[in-house]
Amino acid sequence: MAFGPFLLLALMEGLVTSAVLALAAAGLSLVFGVMRVVNVAHGEFYMLGAVLAWAVSAVVPGPPAVAFVLALIIAPFLVAAFAAAADGLILKRLNYDPEATIVATIGLLYMIQQATLSLYGPNANPVQAPFEWRIQLPWFGYSGYKLFVVVAACLVLVALWSFLSRTKAGLIMRATQIDRTTARAFGINVDRVYMGTFALGAGLAALAGVLIVPIQQAHYLMGGDPLLLSFIVVIIGGLGSLRGTLVAALFIGLSDGVISMFFTPTLAKILATLLVAMVLVFRPQGLFGAKA
Amino acid sequence: MKAWTLHLALIAGLFAAQFLLSPYHATNLARIMVLAVFAMGYNLAFGYTGLLSLGHALFFAAGMYAAGLSAQFWGLSAGPALILGIFGGGAMAAAVGLLALRTAGVSFMIVTLMFAQAGYLTILYFGATTGGDEGFTLPAATRTFLGFDLSTDTPRFLAALTIFAAGLLVSLVVVRSPFGRTMVAMRENEERSRMLGMNPFTVKLAALAISGLYSGAAGAAYALLFGYVGASFATIQYSILPMLYVLLGGAGTTLGPFLGAVLMFALIEAASNLTSAYLFLVGAALVALVLFAPKGILGTVRERVARWLP
Amino acid sequence: MTRLLHPTRRGLLLAGGAGVLTAALPGYVGAQAAPIKVGFQLHRTGIGASYGRWYERTAQAALKVINDGGGINGRPVEILFEDDATDPKRGAEVVDKLTQSDGCDLVMGTLFSHVVIGSAPRAGELKVPYLVCSEGYHVASGMLNRWTLQPGITDVRSQISAMAPWVSANLGKKVTMIFPDFAFGHDHRDFFTAAMQAQGGEVIAQIAIPPTETSFTRYFPQIPAETEVLYHVMVGPAVLTFVKELGEFYGSGAKPQIFGFIDSLEAVDTATPGLEFLEGTHFWEAHNRVKPADAGEHEAAYRTAVGVDDNGASVSDAADIATYSHMFSTWETLFAIKAGMEASGYAGPADRQKFVEAMEAMTDLPYGIERPQGAKVFNGKTHQVFGTQNISQVQGGKLVRVHQTSLADGAYEDAVDYTTMSF
Repeated sequence: MAFGPFLLLALMEGLVTSAVLALAAAGLSLVFGVMRVVNVAHGEFYMLGAVLAWAVSAVVPGPPAVAFVLALIIAPFLVAAFAAAADGLILKRLNYDPEATIVATIGLLYMIQQATLSLYGPNANPVQAPFEWRIQLPWFGYSGYKLFVVVAACLVLVALWSFLSRTKAGLIMRATQIDRTTARAFGINVDRVYMGTFALGAGLAALAGVLIVPIQQAHYLMGGDPLLLSFIVVIIGGLGSLRGTLVAALFIGLSDGVISMFFTPTLAKILATLLVAMVLVFRPQGLFGAKA
Repeated sequence: MKAWTLHLALIAGLFAAQFLLSPYHATNLARIMVLAVFAMGYNLAFGYTGLLSLGHALFFAAGMYAAGLSAQFWGLSAGPALILGIFGGGAMAAAVGLLALRTAGVSFMIVTLMFAQAGYLTILYFGATTGGDEGFTLPAATRTFLGFDLSTDTPRFLAALTIFAAGLLVSLVVVRSPFGRTMVAMRENEERSRMLGMNPFTVKLAALAISGLYSGAAGAAYALLFGYVGASFATIQYSILPMLYVLLGGAGTTLGPFLGAVLMFALIEAASNLTSAYLFLVGAALVALVLFAPKGILGTVRERVARWLP
Repeated sequence: MTRLLHPTRRGLLLAGGAGVLTAALPGYVGAQAAPIKVGFQLHRTGIGASYGRWYERTAQAALKVINDGGGINGRPVEILFEDDATDPKRGAEVVDKLTQSDGCDLVMGTLFSHVVIGSAPRAGELKVPYLVCSEGYHVASGMLNRWTLQPGITDVRSQISAMAPWVSANLGKKVTMIFPDFAFGHDHRDFFTAAMQAQGGEVIAQIAIPPTETSFTRYFPQIPAETEVLYHVMVGPAVLTFVKELGEFYGSGAKPQIFGFIDSLEAVDTATPGLEFLEGTHFWEAHNRVKPADAGEHEAAYRTAVGVDDNGASVSDAADIATYSHMFSTWETLFAIKAGMEASGYAGPADRQKFVEAMEAMTDLPYGIERPQGAKVFNGKTHQVFGTQNISQVQGGKLVRVHQTSLADGAYEDAVDYTTMSF
């Protein structure tokens, strides 16, 4: 295939990767930024979204679009509720101590993974996309659903941004992120904000999982990679900056596709990984973070 | 004095254990001791100096492959291979530290994680030499030390015990030395330490390098004592493993890593006898632990009962 | 009367004692001999879990048949399963546990290569027979030790080499290969390239895909336009994505002939929406998922025993597709254990070496209920068994066998002679 179409394909693929990555990472960015804790189980919320989407599609009869829309509502809600419970029962009691939170969320990761294995099984099960639409370009075919994912992710992120910048709840969240003690002095219930943030972050991850599952499959180990990538995106974008997260997601998603055009895939991954490390080494605050 | 007695008593107890335990449990104890060395190294970086690293699997693997490849291709016996492994781990840690220590906190965690991922992928990339994800087994002839066959129970146990004892006692000396106190000062308040004239970068680099020496020793020992070298030891779960041992046993205590290693092993054994979903119980145990004994077991003991515990 | 319904403790103890005495009486009451314990290193969790499930079922089914037939050497057989989490370190610990703690006579069952290689040294140190169900070339390559055997499934080198003659004659001579960038994929790359060359064909492109890749579309443009045959063998949870994206990429337009290994679709229904473009393409199968019209006489009994219907799905859930081309390895390995123990007069762990020597003396293994996949020949020197392979085509959403290879197709020179090594 000629270079032009090849590049176009790599960019389109990169865009899809960026979209899903942005959604998953946005949730983590919120949690990280507002609560200052590392949630190692974040990838598992993503996985739960995908698995619940499969469960909904297995139970709901009729055309796949119906089950999909239901899953888009049910899965993030259930996962958010679960996350809120985890926050109240565990994280709050730890006083959000960074190290303790890491250990606790590792434990949570094991529990969620194993429970999913026991209840859902070890197989990677497919979920039908809400619509089958193949776009035929002159040089290659492409899945229309993938483009829908990009659009959907954009919509969700715009909604998230509006929520954060235009609503009172968003304002409270941002205030808590800037200065927790002062926020409390202003009468904000910081604990409740934290629980809400944690739930929202988990819900966003689950939403990403529901959107991705018709493209990939629902497998109980699928949360590992998104976790790693989400962290990279959040740190590179800059702690506490949603805009930075989005830019970083775009950058990483696109470059991943393009770099692997020029190098053997494993070498490309090595270079990409080292590149991320170097960005952090020489600009520790990330692209948009405030200099410490 | 009390500290030395305690540590020497532990070593003596472990020495006696090989006669009291069944071969099965003795070999498992050998495994635990090697992994405890890994955890002790991690503890020096994390528990004492406050460096939250998720890349220690890289140092473990550096030691493992340094020893394994030199045994495989140059026919080195266990002694020289182990030395190579120790320095391999230390050198890798120093190299990574030179770059990674320009960051701190969670950024440091991510950077170390990235280096470890790159290391894992590099092992796969050079699969023709390293065996890639499959790995390779060490030739029996290289698993000997001074004529003792390390693949048999008693030499293996004694080798593991010697390495563990050396690591334990060295860590005791280090943490009680002025340098050890400097490490803790870095963890507690870096800015004030800097004002007092300490150089945070060199202190942290030295701590990380020592940590790397330990990790390399553990990796090399694991390869030589158990005969297998593989890329799976460079994956993120082997960076999480020493952290778990340390947090369970008590970060910032010398005996915590060993205790954590023993307990995790026992927990997995007990849980896998009860149910096939043993990882669930392990996860639940971790959550319970961190909720009710956040300083780890020995950390809590030190706080409540025995302030002299190093 | 009431006494019988509400026994006293004394009464129970007396009754129990009488029972024990009775059980100890030989002959008259058909006393049970001590069971033979087979340790099974199972991928119950981790990346191999979906295979592990079916391995466990098939092994249990074979166990029942063996025990119903009187066991081995008059003794009942037990299988003890331990989860190795598809991890080499845990695998070695599990071999240890099964042998020393659980008292098993031998260990079997591992599938993933890196776990086999990580566990084999320990098996060698413990001097316990280690029968793998892995289809890996590592046994016959000489990498392991004399205690390791693979009597239940042909290795990939043989499988791959056996495909080249038919592919070259029926599909095309210019091949592009897509494979995972680790050892399993490298085996395919190396062996198939060599085998195609021997047939006068050529592998014109080798596309290696990194292990954790979840999206494959960006690799497809690398497929050269003059490709006649596209050879794929992706494994792991992302395989369905791979196949779907391949279909999206080509659509209904021109596409090369496509040949894949069923590893890509183990446990996946070929009729899944999105896989329509696989229609007409060909697959390697070790054991045909859809029961062929000319299936052997024991196929029906085997399927009933393992609970698989004629379409290759579980009888209790039509959506649950079996890993049919791999799971038979556990069944055949158990029967191989039976044959080896009976030939060597195995009585206990002291006879482990005699057992391995008896296995090394095995050669022809004819088709039967012990070998539902087909007749085999065991190579005592390389510790590897060799059998026939199948090529199927997707017709109407179902795999239909179109060719069966001969043993000669998959033969290769011995790379090792374990019989010259010490135990």
